[in-house]
Amino acid sequence: MAAAGDSPATPVVELRSISKRFGDVLANEGVNLSLWGGEVHGVLGENGAGKTTLMRILYGLSIPDEGEIYVDGEPVHIASPKDAIGVGIGMVTQHFALVKPMTVTENIILGRTGGAILNPDRAKDLVEEAADRYGLHVEPDRRLSDLSVGEQQRVEILKALYRECRVLILDEPTAVLTPQEIKALFVTLDKLRDSGMAIVFISHKLPEVMDLTDRVTVLRHGKVVHTIETDEVDAAGLASWMVGRPAELSDPRTHSEPGATLLEVSGLSALGRLDLPALSDVNFEVAAGEILGVAGVSGNGQTELAEVLSGMRKPTAGSVMAEGTEIAGKSPKQVIAAGVGRIPEDRHEALVGDMSVANNLILEHLDEAGKGLVLDRDGIRANALDLIERFSIKAGPDDVVKTLSGGNIQKVLLARVLVREPRVIVVSQPTRGLDIGATAYVRSELLAMRRQGAAIVLMSEDLDELLEISDRLIVLYDGRIAGRVDAEEADRDQLGLLMAGHTEVA
Amino acid sequence: MVKWRRGATTAGLILLGTFVITAPFIMLAGANPFTAYGEFLVSPLTSRYSALEVLVSSIPLILTGVSVALAFRAGYWNIGAEGQLLMGAVAGAGVGMLVSDQSRILVLPVVILAGAAAGALWALVPALLRVKMGIDEVVTTLLLNPVALLIVTALLSGPWADPETGFPESERIAESAQFPILVPRSRLHLGFLVGLAIAGLVWFVLSRTVAGLRVRAVGSGPKAARFAGISVGRTLLTVALTSGAIAGIAGASEVSGIQYRLTGGLSAGFGYTGIVVATLGALAMPTVVLAALLMADLNVGAGSAGRVLGVPSQLGDVIQATVLLVTVGVLAYRRYHHKALKSEAEEAPGDGVVSEVEEVDSS
Amino acid sequence: MIFLFDVLAATLRNATPLVFGVVGETYTERAGILNLGIEGTMYAGAFFGFAATAVTGSLELGILAAIVVGVASGAVMGLFSVTLGTSQHVAGIGLTLGLIGISEFINRLYFGSSEGLRRIESYQLLEPFGPDNIFSQYALTYIAFLVVAPLGWWVLRSTSFGLGIRAVGENPEAADAAGLSVSFYRYSALMIGSALAAVGGAFITLATLGTFTLGIIAGRGWVVIALVIFGRWRIWRGVFGALVFAGVFSLQLRLRILPGWDAVPFELLLALPYLVVIAALAISGRNVEYPGAYLKPYRRD
Repeated sequence: MAAAGDSPATPVVELRSISKRFGDVLANEGVNLSLWGGEVHGVLGENGAGKTTLMRILYGLSIPDEGEIYVDGEPVHIASPKDAIGVGIGMVTQHFALVKPMTVTENIILGRTGGAILNPDRAKDLVEEAADRYGLHVEPDRRLSDLSVGEQQRVEILKALYRECRVLILDEPTAVLTPQEIKALFVTLDKLRDSGMAIVFISHKLPEVMDLTDRVTVLRHGKVVHTIETDEVDAAGLASWMVGRPAELSDPRTHSEPGATLLEVSGLSALGRLDLPALSDVNFEVAAGEILGVAGVSGNGQTELAEVLSGMRKPTAGSVMAEGTEIAGKSPKQVIAAGVGRIPEDRHEALVGDMSVANNLILEHLDEAGKGLVLDRDGIRANALDLIERFSIKAGPDDVVKTLSGGNIQKVLLARVLVREPRVIVVSQPTRGLDIGATAYVRSELLAMRRQGAAIVLMSEDLDELLEISDRLIVLYDGRIAGRVDAEEADRDQLGLLMAGHTEVA
Repeated sequence: MVKWRRGATTAGLILLGTFVITAPFIMLAGANPFTAYGEFLVSPLTSRYSALEVLVSSIPLILTGVSVALAFRAGYWNIGAEGQLLMGAVAGAGVGMLVSDQSRILVLPVVILAGAAAGALWALVPALLRVKMGIDEVVTTLLLNPVALLIVTALLSGPWADPETGFPESERIAESAQFPILVPRSRLHLGFLVGLAIAGLVWFVLSRTVAGLRVRAVGSGPKAARFAGISVGRTLLTVALTSGAIAGIAGASEVSGIQYRLTGGLSAGFGYTGIVVATLGALAMPTVVLAALLMADLNVGAGSAGRVLGVPSQLGDVIQATVLLVTVGVLAYRRYHHKALKSEAEEAPGDGVVSEVEEVDSS
Repeated sequence: MIFLFDVLAATLRNATPLVFGVVGETYTERAGILNLGIEGTMYAGAFFGFAATAVTGSLELGILAAIVVGVASGAVMGLFSVTLGTSQHVAGIGLTLGLIGISEFINRLYFGSSEGLRRIESYQLLEPFGPDNIFSQYALTYIAFLVVAPLGWWVLRSTSFGLGIRAVGENPEAADAAGLSVSFYRYSALMIGSALAAVGGAFITLATLGTFTLGIIAGRGWVVIALVIFGRWRIWRGVFGALVFAGVFSLQLRLRILPGWDAVPFELLLALPYLVVIAALAISGRNVEYPGAYLKPYRRD
């Protein structure tokens, strides 16, 4: 894939010496970046490398401490998204900035209605035109809450087009899509590039960056490592720049014979948000010493499955036997008592941010926290000191949880759960938002529990993670199990089809 | 030391802000703001009688302040202390009129318990609606306040109207239902000790017991508390009823300690002032008691400023509201500044003001 | 029949301040803010409207004074709930206590202690079809039902401004990313909402009563908040709720002067509307979908 033919003399956007500090963390340090019309520019880096911060600065959602932004060679001051839109910059953020109860049209014209009285016709025309030109199909009168994630993303792109942007920033746009939707997105982006737009594609997925981009900038620890034409480099080279050392692809799994079945889910159905069906007739078993990965595009029932298994949601039908104890429909307290360890997708929903590490570590077993009715404060402290050491948590027992880093918060949660040596573990998105070191730590802890004979259900949107540490995979689509695959024999295309709802045909 | 200095700066800012905002009103009334504040804050403490009056008028504020602070600590926004207090007063007066010459030692606990029960009962419906159906308690607790007042009025204009005078007041309660006076030649009554004892008890339970840890966890992170196996619904229900009971005791204490009968003007908005007291005391019981004493000092001072300086005593209400607003404003400003310096604000803003809708554990 | 018309006419009259309040509070809450300052704002509107008219002799200046006071109290609520991001409950209660205190303080200072003595020349009834029928109403009642409610509904639904208000109340992050100023829309909603509430309060002093008495609002602000939630943030459903409330209120007023009804404790009838609203919340509350950003302050970063 070659860059567009005649490059203009000046870049559309130029970032010069951008620095941004959050407390002790330098998120960006002296970053330079030029974006040219008609190119797709990949911005590559690990979690926490500063990609998102940099683009939030360009879109006016963050103010840099140092540095300038030039548009068409002229210095500009971007203090809010309004300023960014004014100079032709649009952004599709990771969490979509869409108003769910409103229609597609209302979302598109929001902030740029062109008159006091709403006139949706122009937006409707645009939607139809864009559908033809760029393959962005979406019905203008539907409510956002009724759209799939892929459709919502198209609305975000339409919003930017409606604002006549010349620079389009996409922050990890493929993270929430099926492989098929990703292909469609890439077709759209190719057409937009051909129309002269500058596109920023933020990712940490090497194959996508190699496939789509013309140039790529690699960030590490907030600094630019390299900016290079994509066809002058290979994936291995990019990977080593990204992680700062030659990347090794390892398979940490050791073969072990699965033991007795510890978790047995049968005929499980449950309602989700707005009381719509979220799980229908889900059946699976997990044996001792086995990790079962649950794959699927987000919103296909994984959250509800994790909630039901954790005692946070009552199923409408079915049974969940954990070591012979029925836990379906039981309270969190009863599920904990049945020996199930639970690590939810949102750490902040499991830990009380305003409370100390010590109190959070005892929270699931308050009946052991007192001598009689009175708190055993020495015991709670001793327990915390012990766990802090065993799980190498960088914090003191009295530190308030919300002041810790994401990795340490996750360790507090792991410590609370794993110290009980649960025989069944339900874990969701355990490494989301963590840096490389913390990610490796969390995965090794899960593998250690597997060696010790725990049955683990792992829900993750990170396909690499699932393929790396699970033994078997199930794929959820629309609340049903669309397919079952052995992790070692899994093929990504086949998984993609299953995630998109093509059941068991491959 | 840094923490102490921060606290002192915050307090200084609050005092300064309140003074600057309220001074023009004092000048409007033709008085010197400095003289007026001297009258408000200092003069009540200069005589034995008025100093004891400060303690007397602190009693309902300590109780409603503790009631509101306890509820807020659990993330239960009880705005209904006013109505709960009135119902406690009704129950206390009812017992007081029913008994005759039984022993005080037998009667007084019954009076207090009746007040507590009535307050808790008045808090029950909003608490159940919140816990079972996720209906925001702010509106429901609030709307029951005028209803309680109407019940008091109905009783006083009908069945409980004083048969001799016909005034909208109940007849006097029995001697045995009246709180003993603690200090001779003053109005300081048993309610003061009851208030301090309840404040101390609530402090101990919250900070030193397992149940208190549960309450704090539910207040700071309802979802996380539920995830950890704590029954959020049951905890909230317990707290809401306890909060109502404490406000109810405040009502019974006003009847048995001050009025000796049920009257329509029994509460000068004590339930709402309780919100001021709780906020000013940062929801911690020792400081809540101090805040109640400060507001009581201001109440007594506003009364005498009305007589001595001709500044209408309603200025006391203006100052209380201003202190409340300036306090939350200064705290929010400092917290924002502190946070902005410290790190990227990762957690959602709002300090848990959003009421979570829990599902009920039917188990 | 006369009794029925009488009750209907009184219903429209008693609903008027609630309609002003409901439309105003709907704007505020659709923008994501629960304004508990509304009770005090109605109170201050009633008092300052009365005071301005008493001093100047002009009813229009009375309304203007109420609007100014309303806008100012909306701005103060904005300072706390938008700029400083404090708890909306506490700020609202503080605002209500402060506004009632200020009104009573100034009332005491300038209008003496003998409350209710000072009367003003209040608004006259418009009688397009002669006296004593349901069209015999104050101009402000016509304005409330024929201008404020339909216009308020249309602006919220069909204008850019209304779209902005709804967007900042549902998802301020999205509104910000689309280039809207969250603060602008939230302050605007608060100031408009509070101005309407203040006019609703002034209606009581300038039209129905012709004087100011202590405790004049008597919880109407709280009723408005309940009606807005009862109407699930839709203006017409809120207005309908106001009519039902005012209907019950007016009916009990008429009933208790009838023979045979004097034994009924009418205070308990007065309590009925509050209980009806709580019951309605209990019945419809299970599936209430609050505005997405209800009670949440917004701050970028």
